[in-house]
Amino acid sequence: MADTDEPEKKRRRVVELTEKMVVDGGSRDGGEWDGRWNHINTFLERPGPFTHPDFEPSTESLQFLLDTCKILVIGAGGLGCELLKDLALSGFRHIHVVDMDTIDVSNLNRQFLFRLKDVGRPKADIAADFINGRIPGCNVVPHFKKIQDFDESFYRQFHIIVCGLDSIIARRWMNGMLLSLLVYEDGVLDPSSIIPLIDGGTEGFKGNARVIFPGMTACIDCTLELYPPQINFPMCTIASMPRLPEHCVEYVRMLLWPKEKPFGDGVGLDADDPEHIQWVYQKSQERAAEFSITGVTYRLTQGVVKRIIPAVASTNAVIAAACATEVFKIASSAYIPLNNYMVFNDVDGLYTYTFEAERKENCSSCSQVPQDLHFSPSAKLQEVVDYLTENASLQMKSPAITATLEGKNKTLYLQTVASIEQRTRPNLSKSLKELGLLDGQELAVADVTTPQTLLFKLSFTS
Amino acid sequence: TMAFTKASKDQKYDRQLRLWGDHGQEELENAHVCLINSTASGTEILKNLVLPGIGAFTIVDGHKVSGEDVGNNFFLSNNSIGRSPEKLLDNDPEFFHRFTLVIGVQLPESTCLRLGSVLWNANIPFLVCRTYGLVGYMRLVVKEHTVIESHPDNALEDLRLDQPFAELKNHIQSYDLEGMGKKDHSHTPWIIIVAKYLEKWFSTFYKKEAFKQLIRQGILKSEKGTPEDEENFEEAIKNVNTALNPTKISSGVDDIFNGEQCNDITSQTPTFWVMTRAVREFVHNDGGGNLPVRGSIPDMIADSEKFITLQNIYREKAMQDASVVSKHVESLLQSVGKVCETLFCSKNAAFLRVVRCRSLAEEYSVETVNKDAITSCMDSADGEMVLYLMLRSVDRFYQQHSRYPGVYNYQVEEDISKLKLCVNSLLQEYSLNVNVKDDYIHEFCRYGASEPHTVASFLGGSAAQEAIKIITRQFVPFNNTFIYNAMSQTTATFQL
Repeated sequence: MADTDEPEKKRRRVVELTEKMVVDGGSRDGGEWDGRWNHINTFLERPGPFTHPDFEPSTESLQFLLDTCKILVIGAGGLGCELLKDLALSGFRHIHVVDMDTIDVSNLNRQFLFRLKDVGRPKADIAADFINGRIPGCNVVPHFKKIQDFDESFYRQFHIIVCGLDSIIARRWMNGMLLSLLVYEDGVLDPSSIIPLIDGGTEGFKGNARVIFPGMTACIDCTLELYPPQINFPMCTIASMPRLPEHCVEYVRMLLWPKEKPFGDGVGLDADDPEHIQWVYQKSQERAAEFSITGVTYRLTQGVVKRIIPAVASTNAVIAAACATEVFKIASSAYIPLNNYMVFNDVDGLYTYTFEAERKENCSSCSQVPQDLHFSPSAKLQEVVDYLTENASLQMKSPAITATLEGKNKTLYLQTVASIEQRTRPNLSKSLKELGLLDGQELAVADVTTPQTLLFKLSFTS
Repeated sequence: TMAFTKASKDQKYDRQLRLWGDHGQEELENAHVCLINSTASGTEILKNLVLPGIGAFTIVDGHKVSGEDVGNNFFLSNNSIGRSPEKLLDNDPEFFHRFTLVIGVQLPESTCLRLGSVLWNANIPFLVCRTYGLVGYMRLVVKEHTVIESHPDNALEDLRLDQPFAELKNHIQSYDLEGMGKKDHSHTPWIIIVAKYLEKWFSTFYKKEAFKQLIRQGILKSEKGTPEDEENFEEAIKNVNTALNPTKISSGVDDIFNGEQCNDITSQTPTFWVMTRAVREFVHNDGGGNLPVRGSIPDMIADSEKFITLQNIYREKAMQDASVVSKHVESLLQSVGKVCETLFCSKNAAFLRVVRCRSLAEEYSVETVNKDAITSCMDSADGEMVLYLMLRSVDRFYQQHSRYPGVYNYQVEEDISKLKLCVNSLLQEYSLNVNVKDDYIHEFCRYGASEPHTVASFLGGSAAQEAIKIITRQFVPFNNTFIYNAMSQTTATFQL
């Protein structure tokens, strides 16, 4: 009996100790103490040979960071947790954080502001609580929301925005939002309308950090080719010629589930439901056995269904730290910021490559050059939609196209609202001429990748 | 219950298990790391080891917590044993022998060198880390670190198209491209296609473009004479560039085969060297000069049956070769009176790595200092090497003045000339004919030995991952000096 008790006793003791180990940072009344900001003041109060040309040493710069500077952190996950800690310990006190997710067990190997008891709760809320409790005086305001839930009036209040996102679509949206805030007077950009965007990304042992001054330096869309589109397996492979264990899983996910509806009519596959994954796993094994394919495991199944990207604490720490250093540099003018893209990889030793990403002259987002669409008048609208989604510089997800015809605003095709999709679907097989479009016509395109509508000019080829 | 803990650990560690596997995780959980000095840098390193599940850690730190420590440190020290590393070195240096790895943070030069010597003699890996203003520094000190699972990015495939083994040859021969039906023709794996065309190609000088054209002519044509859409042929053409690379052993692996440890197998020889020697025996006796077949092929357009059959040809050959290697392992171990416990797997044979770092004594000694590396790197006067020289110089300053330069505002100006003297004496002592710009001397006084959190955190992530590489023996650690410049967001690695 004693043997079987031991692991349980040990587990209880670990839980006890863990709870006692929570550091008491709250007893101070948020007041300062001697030497608190010594490590930061060195860079704010002392002149130096490598400082930014605009830098002026001052004992008041710290006050700006502490009392006035407002930072927005997007994401409270692997990068977000690190960012919040880094910023709080660098003198920033007015921080907002946005994250639409709740905490999952698999986050706990790196998202250190969360504990087992927090699973299921909103990341933004728990992260803010932890930081506010640990760093006296820091005021992190959480938003359990999507970035798209806010408009310009929200974003405009921040001095610097730093992203720790796991989605290219979200990045592009933020990029578009900050571009939409830019004010031009007589064609000249008003610098006070620029909000710097620091963007970090990680995947396994690789990561990157970049600094964007919207309207001035390369934006996310200028370098869209750096993010190659995700390649999905061809349907014929999945349907009739599987070769890899992954093909078997995709078969079950895409074809078998809708056919067999294992958990009832209208019940979609919930990648977070272990019962659903178990079903997919079993069926994938059966499929694999049919074709003598080996290698289907539960872990592989989960990885394919959830599109899991491996992640560790260390890479997130490195990239977030680089980003936070840039926030500090920009907020304090202490140093010239990163110009403008750093790539990191520690698979073999530690490798970094720092370069200046260049602005694209005809960038669809930041160049203000109207984009041309070259099509024959007999081309079908479907071809235009395909171009918008497949072109490497555009990579739209589900573009909605409208045009002004006979003085009225007409929706040519829209995918995201079922009733409108049905109504406009026949337009896809009509030619541009049939739809009444003229040479030089402006088409307005909306998409999840940008908060602003993009304008294109239709240019007929013979 | 035990089952609950295993399943929940799998869940919690899922994202990292996909990188280093259950066996790597086990190594982490059996490790005991020693952290010396729980400054911001130290605690950040530790956090990044605790999160992935390090088995145990001990903190050695004789300092008392000050106000500025709480300002840059996310943690307060809880497990510190309260004795200083210097006292331990004086009274009980064998204290350090129990650790898998020792991480020394913000150590003064003398302590660093003393500890380095103890750990070198005890064969315990030592990772030195420091954050100094906007500069991060790491030094790995390990005599010999062997890696079987290096997980290289972008490795070339091992297809043996230039010298197909018997089973592969037979399999290729079983195909008759000209006599096939259309469906089979379009779903034949590109490896078979390239192999078939190689048979037709008699020239010993492969002109890749002409060869690609030859393959393109093999694409089926419709009745009108236009080429059909045969993606497998397009794949064959695309892969000609790499598929025709001659099968050979890389110079890196060759060097490992020629290593001393490979020659003298004793009962003390670590598993890595027994395995490597066994592979070498295979290469000379059974493989015709080649490594055991790796056994993996990339995915390609093909019907399931053709692909799986081809894949199995490679897999079975790999297993055969692996069992021959295993027999060599067995007989080597038997010859020194040991029993074989691990099975050999072919897939890593081409990617073995050995990392040997010079000792700190070698780096610091005037006789063995790596003058060439330092001088040639200083050709770019604003690269990272000047930061290394500045770190060595502030250590010298500390030795002379028992403090670092510029800690207090009033010291900054007057310390510049003192630090310059240290720089010059350093360069003179090592006969380094390089120029260190005054700007750097000024900048390092300005730093005042500060440890800003974001720089400490960057180092924390970097160092923790190197520690994990040492512990899991997967992926390849750096060799041996790493510098991070937070001003320019650049890094460099030197072998000093």
